[in-house]
Amino acid sequence: MNDTPFDFKNYVRARFFPHMWCPGCGHGIVLGSLLRAIHELGLSKNEIVMTSGIGCSSRISGYVDFHSLHTIHGRALTFATGVKLSRPHLKAIVPMGDGDALAIGGNHFIHAARRNIDITAIVMNNRIYGMTGGQFSPLSGTGKKATTAPYSTIDNNFDIVDLAKSAGASFVARSTVFHATEAKNILKKAIQHKGFSVVEIQTQCPTYYGRKNKEGDAAQMMEGYNTNTTRIGSKKLEKNPNLIQRGIFVEDTDKPEYCEAYDQIITTAMKGNA
Amino acid sequence: MTHKNNIRFVQGNEACVEGALYAGLNFFAGYPITPSTEIMEHLAQRLPQQGGKFIQMEDEIASMGAIIGASLTGNKVMTATSGPGFSLKQEALGYACMAEIPCVIANVQRGGPSTGNPTHVSQGDVNQVRWGTHGDHAIIALTASNHQDVFKITVEAFNLAETYRTPVVILLDEAIGHMRERLVLPEPGELPVVDRLRTSVGKDVDYHPYLPREDGRLPMSDFGGKHRYNVTGLFHDMWGFPNNDPAVVNGLLHHLVDKIENSVNDIAMYKEYWMEDAEYVLVSFGSSARSAIHLAQNRRARGVKIGVLELQTLWPFPTDIVREKCANAKAVIVVEMNMGQVVTQVKNAVENPNNVFLANRIDGQLISPSDIKTVLRMIQGKGV
Repeated sequence: MNDTPFDFKNYVRARFFPHMWCPGCGHGIVLGSLLRAIHELGLSKNEIVMTSGIGCSSRISGYVDFHSLHTIHGRALTFATGVKLSRPHLKAIVPMGDGDALAIGGNHFIHAARRNIDITAIVMNNRIYGMTGGQFSPLSGTGKKATTAPYSTIDNNFDIVDLAKSAGASFVARSTVFHATEAKNILKKAIQHKGFSVVEIQTQCPTYYGRKNKEGDAAQMMEGYNTNTTRIGSKKLEKNPNLIQRGIFVEDTDKPEYCEAYDQIITTAMKGNA
Repeated sequence: MTHKNNIRFVQGNEACVEGALYAGLNFFAGYPITPSTEIMEHLAQRLPQQGGKFIQMEDEIASMGAIIGASLTGNKVMTATSGPGFSLKQEALGYACMAEIPCVIANVQRGGPSTGNPTHVSQGDVNQVRWGTHGDHAIIALTASNHQDVFKITVEAFNLAETYRTPVVILLDEAIGHMRERLVLPEPGELPVVDRLRTSVGKDVDYHPYLPREDGRLPMSDFGGKHRYNVTGLFHDMWGFPNNDPAVVNGLLHHLVDKIENSVNDIAMYKEYWMEDAEYVLVSFGSSARSAIHLAQNRRARGVKIGVLELQTLWPFPTDIVREKCANAKAVIVVEMNMGQVVTQVKNAVENPNNVFLANRIDGQLISPSDIKTVLRMIQGKGV
């Protein structure tokens, strides 16, 4: 734990700024929560590997002064698996967009969860492909507008929490950029958790999703995260069962972690007990 | 001096495994696919016995991603696949070219396209190895026709991957992969093994992951270790930061291609059989070369001046060497199991492309010496 004041300049690569996110984008708030979580945990910058794929969210890895690996679309978890299995002492954090994680990367997402490898996967869910200009994603849901759904979407959406739970992730949580402190506290637990952690953070894309779907400006979209969500098991659900629940849904510390399990394989193999 | 316990009777895929372990392989990620699967099966058993890591991934793409990640942290890495799987790996292979990450990919060829002929031999992936991933780039590909050479070129594949910071493809075929024959395991130290070139830059000192030394090589720093830096598949500067400045893009692309293409003669591996006075030259590689050698031996016994140039490096294509070796030939016959992939390169290389002929077979059967003889007799004007 770390009691010194937080200064983001200690954690970012100044030469990489200004960042490429649009005005009003929620991704900077996610980055802020993440860096504060890392600061409060007192982690050394040298023990963190941040691996990302392609998309607006994936640019995070370049902005931070950690070991950073900016890979290809949808495959960040596979590269992170190689890094983590070969150097298990490193803290592996993988920020992903919703399309990156759950469309092109969906297979890797469920299998990393199934293995329960010690990686913290952050799904920055803005329900749209931002970098390519506003196409619908597997998280958009039905009845939404996007450049590839001019007559509205008919595709059903995934529920990231349900998917991660079913796939075997041993830590599953959800928060939003309106709840930046809550998100920070959840991220702290996720990073400390030994096993595959999934943290969905809902974050606004006012440029594409907001504009196309008439959800207002960034502030109005953030206010939506306040009014449309509630804590897990809150009494508000009795009145409005459609509220999206926030908090930690799964925290299983008994499930064997993949790299530790493989160390046991090595021990067995070295004894000649194959 | 060989010792009895150094002799194995193995499949070509196992010879590849032995060569990889000799070269220092300590991380493998893969996905089952015929006819390469024995490589991953054997490594699943062997790697943990020596403290290495083996992981069966959810697909071919994931296997490629995992080995790139593990290579960055300082390991010698490999994956193994065949046609359809090799197709899937292409994007990540291009990433390894762009980010200059050493890795070895074994492609045990089967008939294609698509699912094709999974249990039968083919050499149809030669051009895919060269141009499978998008964009200008260079690639190294090695092949062999017997298990002793499979071992040797596998060690060399790891050496070249480290020397040039690049993916290297071991291009075997179903016949070599599944055939069993004798392999004599070299003693440690008998074959050269190139270790990773690591930077001498100390901790807390700026390290430039993409700043070449005077000799053009780029020392690495184990990712996740004492230096923090960025790796990306975007065009990047010496820091590894994305950069699309035209001069940077131009310089990096030239660097990626030139570091390999300018070393073509250093990278070239080949073998010659009865080439001193050869009027007829058979150019071949992989399992096809076995039939070419057999036919040449047979014809030599009948007084025909015929030789074999067996290519072990297919990419970068050893154009100058092929031109030189074929300079005095009346005719050159390229023996391969595809519709003419290496023959195109040979025609490009020689003085007189009209004297270059193709002897091929594409039906999933191993090309036989008599298949080659038929072409030779036509060229000789002797009829079929």
